[in-house]
Amino acid sequence: MRIAVLSGKGGTGKTLVSVNLAAAAKAAFYIDCDVEEPNGHLFFKPENVREKEVTVAIPVVDEHQCNGCRRCVDFCRFNALAFVGGKVSVFEDICHSCGGCALVCPVNAISEKQRVVGMVRRGESGGVGVLGGIMNPGEASGMPLIKQLMRDSFASPGYLTFIDCPPGSGCLVMESIRDADYCVMVAEPTTFGASNLQSVYELVKLFGFPHGVVLNKCLDGENPSEQFCLDNGIEILGKIPFDKILGKITSEGQIAVRESEAYARLFGALLQTIIRDVRHETTVNPQRKRRYG
Amino acid sequence: MKIALPVNNKSDDTDICVSFGRTPYLMIYDTQTKQSHFFDNAAADSPGGAGIKTAQFVADQGVEAVLTPRCGENSAQVLKAAGVKLYKTTGDSAAGEIEKFAAGGLAELNDIHPGFHGHGGR
Repeated sequence: MRIAVLSGKGGTGKTLVSVNLAAAAKAAFYIDCDVEEPNGHLFFKPENVREKEVTVAIPVVDEHQCNGCRRCVDFCRFNALAFVGGKVSVFEDICHSCGGCALVCPVNAISEKQRVVGMVRRGESGGVGVLGGIMNPGEASGMPLIKQLMRDSFASPGYLTFIDCPPGSGCLVMESIRDADYCVMVAEPTTFGASNLQSVYELVKLFGFPHGVVLNKCLDGENPSEQFCLDNGIEILGKIPFDKILGKITSEGQIAVRESEAYARLFGALLQTIIRDVRHETTVNPQRKRRYG
Repeated sequence: MKIALPVNNKSDDTDICVSFGRTPYLMIYDTQTKQSHFFDNAAADSPGGAGIKTAQFVADQGVEAVLTPRCGENSAQVLKAAGVKLYKTTGDSAAGEIEKFAAGGLAELNDIHPGFHGHGGR
């Protein structure tokens, strides 16, 4: 069972929700897909961490073999290649590692080298398998890392898996939720929060994922995100209060369900609601096509 | 000698475009014949690497100098490899800048920016 946690912007509570759900589940996987600014490990403080470099393939052109036909340059839709001064220049930052240039080369002048773009790591914290990755500074895209994390997470199937998505609703989020069985959207009680909720809601709906909303930082009074859920018939899975105690636990890098009875109950109940929804969905809609699994 | 300019319109009285890689049109002017030709820039709306593709086109036309208000590092790398020199424009009118260039009044462009890479910016 794979549960993705997402939100339209950063700072809404994705990590709070996904870390605490995984901790409440006890035996689970937590995957931090925010490879630009990972922070789940700050809470789990995983042990027995193993690291692995992630590389992408970059073309290398043999100048002696190259006949200057420029088919590779014309083929590259990312414009990562140029042919000037009698030779091919490769712009590594722009290359998307599709391998097409090597395929179209009529004289086999193009081979590939591996370029390290970051690393993924895996550790353990109180029964929870903690996976995450981090991009090397200056890299343009975290996509190769997220793909690696997804492949690695399917190495131990059957576990409850929580996917802490990058913020927003862009490519990295789409890749992170791709094989999810369920999407949990976290939203703040502001007009801006409701607008961000709308952007992820549209994404989740577009791909037809079963979904629900967790309202975070709840105060008495008006909640535009709650209103958005009511107006659109979106299930509200639970509410987390705007609470000083929770803020203090979190600011100290602790996990609320491991520190507080009240929060162990709150996230335990939230977890049961989500599991019930997913089971219901898998009965109604049994075969989702997976990419990695 | 052929020179190229990023321009906003396909006419001799056009303004210069502030972006090299994503300019809608390129003006190629021959200083001997005093003839100008206009080309659509096929790279104007490519998802990435626009500067590389624009620079490739300019180099393929046998251009020896580019007059532009600014240029990104990828475009500059291609142009440099092709032996194309870069000159910094100081006014808006293409015709005016060609005149200044012919009189030796334009300095070489050295402040190559790191590129906007999908973030536009004018």
